[in-house]
Amino acid sequence: MEPEAAKLIGAGLAVIGMIGSGIGIGNVFGSFILAVGRNPAAEDNVKQMTFLGFALVEAIALFALVVALLLLFAF
Amino acid sequence: MADDAHGGGGGHSPLEQFEIKPLMEIHLGGLDISFTNSAAFMVLSVVVVTVFLVVGAGRGAIVPGRWQAAAEGVYEFIANLLRDTVGEEGRKYFPIIFTLFMFILAGNMLGMLPYSFTFTSHIIVTLAMALVVFVGVTLLGLVKHGTHFFSLFVPPGTPLFMMPLLVPIEIISYFSRPVSLSVRLFANMLAGHTLLKVLALFVPLMGVAGVLPLALISALTGLEILIAFLQAYVFAILTCLYINDALHLH
Repeated sequence: MEPEAAKLIGAGLAVIGMIGSGIGIGNVFGSFILAVGRNPAAEDNVKQMTFLGFALVEAIALFALVVALLLLFAF
Repeated sequence: MADDAHGGGGGHSPLEQFEIKPLMEIHLGGLDISFTNSAAFMVLSVVVVTVFLVVGAGRGAIVPGRWQAAAEGVYEFIANLLRDTVGEEGRKYFPIIFTLFMFILAGNMLGMLPYSFTFTSHIIVTLAMALVVFVGVTLLGLVKHGTHFFSLFVPPGTPLFMMPLLVPIEIISYFSRPVSLSVRLFANMLAGHTLLKVLALFVPLMGVAGVLPLALISALTGLEILIAFLQAYVFAILTCLYINDALHLH
């Protein structure tokens, strides 16, 4: 297999890892909505943690993206 | 990352925006220390932050106007963040946290302007900042606790037979901190701007229907502004948490 083709296939496979982040972010905000639904007074309490959690989960998606970009442009 | 062959139409690659161009060539003894567009935006970022704070809160009026309230609000935001994560002894780390936060925030926000350059979209910049945090926090822990610092890698309540498995994992996850800290910021900025550029390449190609990608770009720019703020906040809060770990060793 030519290296060009292998790079493209590898990059495509690498981005599949972003599925995990989709599930994760849905989880984070779903829990936030449930928590606020049960106890509206807790909203300000949990909001900071929610955004921190979102950013941390998003980072995992971007690690997968960085692998794909490395394959496409650095090798 | 200047591979034009992978770009979209018109011979322009969506990655062209990340190219570092020297604005003023300076060569000193074989080293290239030109003043680049990245350096220009870093200087601009510092100037913007300084003007915002000095002009805003310089008067020190008892009843603050809008600008002073905004400057004091940002100060309070980071001060509260430090107090909540580290506690009262976190006060002395306020300058570094505030500097990191404002620098990254201003850099990210300035990158939202058209024709600008986002200096945080380069891994070397974010890695430099993340290494400052990592080395600083490790030194802090070592100076404060001496060799007892290494008890950080043993979670409390671990049975003895689990330690050979758990301690290497903890050490690896400790060393992954500068990597994740830098890659998180860098990849967020890179991905956001690349996405906007790729969509922008579609607008002239679609003729009248080009308003659809244009609307999407507008919505995504709003999202990118939120992400710009969020990434600066996450960098700051993670630094605070690492300082807390080093000071208080769980």
